[in-house]
This record gives sequence, C-alpha cells and structure tokens, in this order.
Amino acid sequence: MEPLLNITGLTMDFGGIRALDHLDLSVQQGKIVALIGPNGAGKTTFFNCLTGIYKPTSGDLLLTPPGRETSRLNGLKPNRVTQHGLARTFQNIRLFPNMTVLENVMIGRHCRTRAKILGAIFRNRKTVQEEKEIVALSLSILKKIGLYDMHDEFAKNLPYGAQRRLEIARALATDPLLLLLDEPAAGMNPQETSELDELITAIRDDGLSILLIEHDMKLVMSLSDHIFVMDYGKKIAEGDPKSIRNNPEVIKAYLGEDIDDA
Amino acid sequence: MISLKDIQKGLLVSLWFVFLTFPLLVIKVNPIERVITWRWYNMLWIALASFCCYLGVRVYKSRQLTRHKRVKLGIVKERAAWSVRILKEPSVYIPFLLVVGLFALVFPWIFSTYQTNIMVTALMYIVLGLGLNIVVGVAGLLDLGYVAFYAVGAYSYALLNMHFGLGFWMVLPIGGLLAASLGILLGFPVLRLRGDYLAIVTLGFGEIIRLILENWNDFSQGPSGISNIPRPGLFGLHLSLDQSITYLYYLVIAMVLFTIFVVNRLQNSRIGRAWFALREDEIACQAMGIDKTRTKLTAFALGAFWAGMVGVIFAAKTTFVNPASFTFLESAIILCIVVLGGMGSIIGVILAALILILMPEYLRAFSDYRMLVFGAVLVTMMIFRPQGLIANVRRTYNIPKV
Repeated sequence: MEPLLNITGLTMDFGGIRALDHLDLSVQQGKIVALIGPNGAGKTTFFNCLTGIYKPTSGDLLLTPPGRETSRLNGLKPNRVTQHGLARTFQNIRLFPNMTVLENVMIGRHCRTRAKILGAIFRNRKTVQEEKEIVALSLSILKKIGLYDMHDEFAKNLPYGAQRRLEIARALATDPLLLLLDEPAAGMNPQETSELDELITAIRDDGLSILLIEHDMKLVMSLSDHIFVMDYGKKIAEGDPKSIRNNPEVIKAYLGEDIDDA
Repeated sequence: MISLKDIQKGLLVSLWFVFLTFPLLVIKVNPIERVITWRWYNMLWIALASFCCYLGVRVYKSRQLTRHKRVKLGIVKERAAWSVRILKEPSVYIPFLLVVGLFALVFPWIFSTYQTNIMVTALMYIVLGLGLNIVVGVAGLLDLGYVAFYAVGAYSYALLNMHFGLGFWMVLPIGGLLAASLGILLGFPVLRLRGDYLAIVTLGFGEIIRLILENWNDFSQGPSGISNIPRPGLFGLHLSLDQSITYLYYLVIAMVLFTIFVVNRLQNSRIGRAWFALREDEIACQAMGIDKTRTKLTAFALGAFWAGMVGVIFAAKTTFVNPASFTFLESAIILCIVVLGGMGSIIGVILAALILILMPEYLRAFSDYRMLVFGAVLVTMMIFRPQGLIANVRRTYNIPKV
C-alpha cells in the first residue's frame, strides 16, 4: 500500500551547515511513527521543513491521502500544508494565551470553514449554522481530550500538562490526516505521560496517523509501531522498537563510542 | 492602615516631584524686564498634592489587599470589577444604555451649537478609535500612520466634489473604499514586517501622504488647502448653520452605532478570532491553517475603510481641508485612545475617545498644562491599568455543564 507520507532525499542547508542530509522517511496510514535522535540531530528542523516553516533545499515531500491523488508539499506556506491535512504541535508550547480554551480549539477549524466578512456582519443563516458547527465540534474534541470542564478558562491559566493536551486538541480540530507531535511529553510527570500515552493511542485508533518526536524512551518504545533514528541530519536506523533498542549504531549515537574500540 | 514607612516614602515622593517640576512651576523668567519671579507657593502645592496622592494610592491598595484576603477566607464574596459588570449584567447595562442613548438623543437640543460641534468631533474620534482598534487592538499590528487613511477620505471628498461635483452621500462609501484599497496597497509590501519595524514603516507612510498633499500643488492645492466643501445635504433642503450641525451630529451618532455594530460582529466571528490569534502568536496561527497575509490585509483594509469614511465626514464638517489637519500628532492621539481605552475593547475605546477629546475642550483654562497632564495620565495608566480603562472581555459561549 502507498504510504500516507513519503519523504525522499530531504535536504536542508542553513548557509554552509547541512541540517538535514538526504533523509528518507515514510509514514503508513494509521500507524504511530516515532523520530528520535540526540539533541541537535535535526528533528525539529525536519518538522519545520515538513510543515512549511522552512523551505527545504531539495528533496520531495509527498502526501497521499487514502483514495486520493498524491500532492507535493515542498515550499507550500504553513497554512496550505495544514489544509492538506498535516497538523502539528510545538516543542515549546505555542497556544494563544489570552484566548479561552474553547476559542483555541475553534481557531483550528478556521481552515475548514468559509465565513467571510459580509457573512460575519450580516450573520446570515449559513454563517450562524457554520459557527454552531464549529462550537459543537470543538466541544466534542475537548470532551475527548478531557478539557471540557475548562472550556471557559484562558489558555494561559491551564496547568502545564493540560496546555500540552490543548495543543493536541487544537491540532485535531483542523481535521488532519497526519498529526505531528513535537516532544509532547516534555516536562510532564509520569502520571501525565501515561495519560498522554492513552490519548495518543486513542487518536490512532480513530484512524489518524501520528509522527512524533520524543525523548522519553519509555513512551516511544511502548507507543510506536515504527521508529526512525537520526543523528547529524542523517537517518542512522529504522525499524520496530525491539530492533532499534538493540541496534549498535543507535547505542553509539546516544552513549558515544568506547575510545578503546576506535 | 498608614504606617510611618508610608509617610516617609510619601515625603520622598513629594520631594521628587518638587524637584521635577521646579524649573517649570517655580521659576518664571521675564526676559523683557529681566526679572525672575520665584513662585515658591507652587512648590508647596506640588509637594502637598503629590503627598496626598501617594497616601491615597497606599490606602486604596491596602484596602484592596484586605478585601482580597477576606475573599480568600470566604468572609465576603468576590465581586467582579465594575468594568466587567457593565458589560455582563443586564440589570446594570440596560438602564445604563437607556440613559446614555436618551442623553445622546437630546444633546443638541439642550446644549449650544458650540457644544454640539465639540461632541461631533469627539464622536468622530470614537469611530476613528474603533477603526484603529481593529488594526492595533485586535490584530496587533502597530500602525502609526493611521491618519494617512483619514486624509485620503477627507481629500477624496474635497477633490471629487471640486472636480466632479459629487455629493456627500455618494463620496462617503467611495472615500472609505479608496482608503481601504490604499490600505491593501500599502499592506502588501509592509505586512511581512512585525512590531517596531511595521510601526516605523507606517509612520513613514503617514508622513509621505501628508507631504504629497502639501507639495503637489496641481493635485491638492498644497498647504492652502481646499475650501468651500459643501456640508451634507438632507433631501435638498436648505439648512441653516445650526441646523446643519445638528443634522451632522445625528449623522455621526448613526455612524458610531453602525461602527459599533459592525466591529462587534466582526470581533465575534471566524475572522475576528483569526485576528486575535494573529496577535497572540503568528507562527502557531499559520500552523493552524490561517492565511497570515490575507488576515492581516483584511484587518488593515477594514481599519482604513473607517478612517476614510470619517475623513469624508471631517471634510464635510469643517468645509475646508488642508494638510495641517493630518499630522503625526493626530495618529498619536488616535493610538492613545485605543491604548488608553483597552486594546480590543469597544466600550473602553468609546470612553477614552470622549475623555481625550472632550477634556481639553472643557479645561481650556488649563490649556498650558495640557500636554503635561496628557503625559502624566498615560504614565499613570500604564503603571496602574496596563490593560486599559476597560479591558477587553473575551466572549464566552453558553454551554451546559456536564
């Protein structure tokens, strides 16, 4: 079967520095794929290339939604990428702090709705209807994510773990095919992490594909169907969690080499 | 409530103010007779006033603190701030609105033409403030050249009337549209800039428009301006000066209501949400599928649209336009209205416009100290209420608890 996301030869140069070096990666429909690697390996750069914040130097980013044409995502603006069905969260939380929880999620519906200025002024039936649907859908997402009771709170007043979850809720509101999570468990306590584990599995079971960057190895190993390992902008290994755990290249990248062997 | 330490600090504060105001209020030089008058009594007043002000603030703060403690202990219930209550509780805002509405309706009949004229100006600034509020308050784009769009509106009425004889009602939408299209035109190259950079460029743009109007004589008649602009007509009736000002008053009232209606609806719509999100975090906003450029352009164009329409009204009111009416100071005052009132808050902007425009008119006796007071008010505001007179309240949706 054609993978949902197929990336070939992705390269990103910043001046003379090659942050990503001919990276190949693919995500199958309905799977949880993890991208791991030491700090500075280029994981977040990869996410930024994928979501249109950076324009990759070369390579192909191909998205094939099930039963539809393949489209190329290179060089599209971030909002167009989101329209194609890729939604992301950020490593350092980027919510809209002075908007309510509900509004944060409603923003996610923006690219799936149509109301224009005149619609907003005259509030015709179509606009009212659309607005109702946005609220209803956003609430149902909040319910699923477990933030329903806090919908009137400002996003900035939420506890840290809840803010992370809200970011996921906001991304879900864009109706994505592929959810990109950039270190979703960073700074969470063990209990919050295990809740996150359940949440991500539940999202996968709803039929979404997930690509996540994560440092919490316990979470990665228990969640992922497939793992890619990066170091210095290159892919050094891929496979299921078990094979990655025993891969000498990966151990070398994380723990360093024994001087005697070199 | 007041400790010895407070009094000590109060004395220090008054000493500081005496020092600050000394050259301005105590020394008076008469260069003709070559004498210096030392007005020591002024120093005394300043010291006394600042000391009392300081103690007043201390007392207020300590009372707030005790109240806060008692709320925490559960002795008294927390009461929402009056600004929130005005907007939220029907028992407060319905009578409030009725009184304000009635007052606005009868205003020109109880007060003189002069008063009405001042009120028309204040109302025009309300509309300008609400227009700029879309750009600065809601979408978070710091625009220091807003007056350029105001000028475009005013000159489009003056010129279209002079050359083609177009009437007020015809030009009102045209002026708005011209300003809006200029907003879009300016927007395209400029909107990739953020914050301070955007502010500088818009500031430059405002000056460019003013300089063009001042120097392109064939087009705008230069600094001498354009006179004999007709006042708005009422079905071809002939109106006396008093009548036409009353008519203009109601016209501007209608304009204010129209603006409030539209701005309110825009803020609570899909587009309004996108503006707020853009102000909060641009990158996250794009990642959520919002087209940054288009959203910014709509904010810019809509803000300019209102400035253009008020410009047309301004030209009709004064029957004369020249570039001197569109200086940077004008932009600064409109910006002050928005910041003082509270970013994104409609009621706040209205209140601030009334205060900032009416106060100088009614306090003509103190006109020497106008800028001094103006600065002091702004500084005090930023220290004690940085969110503005009436902070913006985000809309909540009626949703059942589960």
